[in-house]
Amino acid sequence: MSEAQKTVQSGGAQQTRNRTLTFHILRYNPQVPGDKPRLQQYQIEEAEGMTLFLALTEIREHQDPTLQFDFVCRAGICGSCSMLINGRPGLACRSLTKNMGTDITVAPLPVFELIGDLSVNTGKWMRGMSERLETWVHTQEKEINLSKKEEVMDPDLAEKIYELDRCVECGSCVAACGTAQMRRDFVGAVGLNKIARLKLDPRDNRTDADFYELIGDDNGVFGCMSLLGCHDVCPKELPLQTQIAFLRRKLATIECTECNK
Amino acid sequence: MNVIYSDVLVIGGGLAGLRMAIGAQRRGHKTIILSLVPPKRSHSAAAQGGMQASLANVIKGQGDTEDVHFEDTVRGSDWGCDQVVARMFVNTSPKAARELAAWGLPWSRVRKGDRQVIINSQKVTITERDEAHGLIAQRDFGGTKKWRTCYVSDGTGHAMLYTASDRAIAEGITVHERCEAIALIHDGKRCYGAVVRDLITGEIRAYLAKATAIATGGAGKLYKVTTNAIICEGIGHALALETGVASLGNMEAVQFHPTGIFPVGILVTEGCRGDGGLLRDCDGYRFMPDYEPEKKELASRDVVSRRMEEHIAKGKGHKSRFGEHLWLDITLLGRHHIEHNLREVKEICESFLGIDPAEKWIPVRPAQHYTMGGVRTKPTGESQTLRGLFAAGEAACWDMHGFNRLGGNSVAETVVAGMIVGEFIADFCDDKNNGIDVSMKLVEEFVSREKGKIQSLVNSSGKENAFKLNLEMQDVMTKSVGIFRNAEALEAGVKQLQQLIERSRNIGLSSKSTASNPELVAAYRTKMMLKLAQTVAYGALVRTESRGAHFRIDYPQRNDKDWLKRTLAFWKDENGTLPHLEYEPLDVMKMELPPGWRGYGAKNYIDHPDTPKRQEEVDAIKKQMEGSDRFAVQEKLMPFKDQLPAALRGKNERIDEPLKD
Repeated sequence: MSEAQKTVQSGGAQQTRNRTLTFHILRYNPQVPGDKPRLQQYQIEEAEGMTLFLALTEIREHQDPTLQFDFVCRAGICGSCSMLINGRPGLACRSLTKNMGTDITVAPLPVFELIGDLSVNTGKWMRGMSERLETWVHTQEKEINLSKKEEVMDPDLAEKIYELDRCVECGSCVAACGTAQMRRDFVGAVGLNKIARLKLDPRDNRTDADFYELIGDDNGVFGCMSLLGCHDVCPKELPLQTQIAFLRRKLATIECTECNK
Repeated sequence: MNVIYSDVLVIGGGLAGLRMAIGAQRRGHKTIILSLVPPKRSHSAAAQGGMQASLANVIKGQGDTEDVHFEDTVRGSDWGCDQVVARMFVNTSPKAARELAAWGLPWSRVRKGDRQVIINSQKVTITERDEAHGLIAQRDFGGTKKWRTCYVSDGTGHAMLYTASDRAIAEGITVHERCEAIALIHDGKRCYGAVVRDLITGEIRAYLAKATAIATGGAGKLYKVTTNAIICEGIGHALALETGVASLGNMEAVQFHPTGIFPVGILVTEGCRGDGGLLRDCDGYRFMPDYEPEKKELASRDVVSRRMEEHIAKGKGHKSRFGEHLWLDITLLGRHHIEHNLREVKEICESFLGIDPAEKWIPVRPAQHYTMGGVRTKPTGESQTLRGLFAAGEAACWDMHGFNRLGGNSVAETVVAGMIVGEFIADFCDDKNNGIDVSMKLVEEFVSREKGKIQSLVNSSGKENAFKLNLEMQDVMTKSVGIFRNAEALEAGVKQLQQLIERSRNIGLSSKSTASNPELVAAYRTKMMLKLAQTVAYGALVRTESRGAHFRIDYPQRNDKDWLKRTLAFWKDENGTLPHLEYEPLDVMKMELPPGWRGYGAKNYIDHPDTPKRQEEVDAIKKQMEGSDRFAVQEKLMPFKDQLPAALRGKNERIDEPLKD
């Protein structure tokens, strides 16, 4: 290491004194009787390439082993670690401290059931949403002949479906949603995006009327107030604004045709 | 005592666990999945590059068949795999890819006509066939003769996991999230389920089932720098090991992936090199062709990782403040390609390195990546020694990877093994003799033993810190049981791990809660991980040869004469510090592909005495059957189909091999 440290890399790894970061973390453990929510402070020395994953792990391993949070992949692909970072929902694992000031406030996502400290039960919420919206491809065929060639799909369509399939169910969109704060059963941008994805998929044989049954009310696409916090915070930069607008237009026309009948 | 019954208990909610559960539940057996995290957060999501299935749709995959996939897999394994299992796998993989397609997986598809690709750093135009238009596309990967890796951009694992997970929800499969198995319940012969701890409330429950299946993935966290998720701690392996009855196979076989982002070890997919990316040294020089003239950057992972470390040792690494690394250059692929086919890579480079990989090189160095070893099972997925215990995926050793796994074969294995083992689990549950005939006294004993362990950890006045022991273990494994191994370092490592195991009996906690308590979790897991780490280190010390990813500087040859056998590790003495090792020989006389040179890497091995004899037999059969169809020849060489569940024995249709209805 000492050899390597002597070498000054292009791109300017000039040795300067590391910053001291102060974390203000919202602590509360509902499992502990009488526990009260509070902001607790921790100080650590910043390191090169430090993310909130590395910082929080360091706090837990060296200062406070009771601190609860959820990380799995630590690479921005699994969606476990969304939290409020300086008030804004985002994936903690890929939030670099160098892009923040020396005071960093971290709190759990709102809307979801709190497990403790920064850990929230997004899994339970997402499973409930999936069951309600039946977020799987509905096919008629029960038995697939696995020996035969697969059905063809247009390459552009496959890419379009994948674009929406990239959602990691992190819950950021729900936490940033005005409607979700008011309506407990609102399916959120995550749910609407799933319907948009399935609607695009020719393998799913549900009709627009079927989708209308699922999201054609105030807990679905008509509950959206178009504040579009979801679109702003989505870590996968999904085109949520377009998808919601598209669904609303599409489903609103269905209703009219039904009325006119 | 809270007891929960089901027909099948699956431990682990990743792809292998989900697919097993779907199989069993569809056959009418009530299945519960236990998962540390919501299933969609499982590490299966991180398989970026793709899944190997010999569909032969793209022009560069033309001529691909199960036969070619089989040979690539066996060579990749350095002849350590079970060839019957490899055959079962390659026959099922196309079916798994097609099943997922029918379930809604958005596979990237072939577009007919000309397209430009990069092959060996040259721009080449290839022309896709009209009849392939819209079928599942394949890309190139390391250690393969044909383009065989089916993909969804570079989010293949994510898309597969979501498809399988949503399918499991559709089937009404119960998932108990944030629940962790901490011990298997067994009577020395038969497994009956597990003692389970609720990670939120700390409640300890007994889950009883006819069949129990481990699908907990790998054990990357035994090492300091790994591409694995932080939940990949090998706890499923350790559960089996701690029974003292079930064995673990080939734990010393640990794969290091060539392109972990330096220094944090986040993976960038092999698809980068498959699509034409190059490895460069501190001078910007492309060095792999000097070492591996044939496969270059696309030799198998064990070989490329070793060559990279060899090159760094020659002083050709780029020096940074964290140490030395090499470069992965994908700039030549062009921005369009990167933004469409390697978008996760782009996101990772932007988020963690602050660079645009379409313009700048990516700093890489080999990082721990895959655990070839696992719960040793029969080809049905059932433990050889503990009835009613099954395993599949990375946690299992059934054994299709031997001493090195090919890229794209792991995510394929998850769903393939899930399909196969799921059926065998259902068969097991169908059998009237396999009811849950366990005595409640035994169940209570197991539950109170585990409760006692937790309580004594909480009450302990010990001075050892679990987090610190864990870090020390990772240090030992990294230093002593890494890419290059030798007796001296391994002996030291084994000794240090023995000391750590002893110290781990003296862990104390600063937080005394038995409910959700990260320190408590670290404490009991570290104790389990240390035993597992020791099976890796000790197995590596005893195996005095080099095979696949297990490379001994002091024994650089592959030695088929003495070491063509699988390591079986048992942990018989609860208070001991070493595993008990046994060896299971591989029978050359039954191999379809007798041992030889892999086609890449060093040409340096000692033959097994049976090899020339078997090679002659194989050659004679092939000559005698010249002109027969390939299935008949294969059947003659090494029958395997009767080992597969009946529903999976069919052939696989291809453009060039149409099936008659």
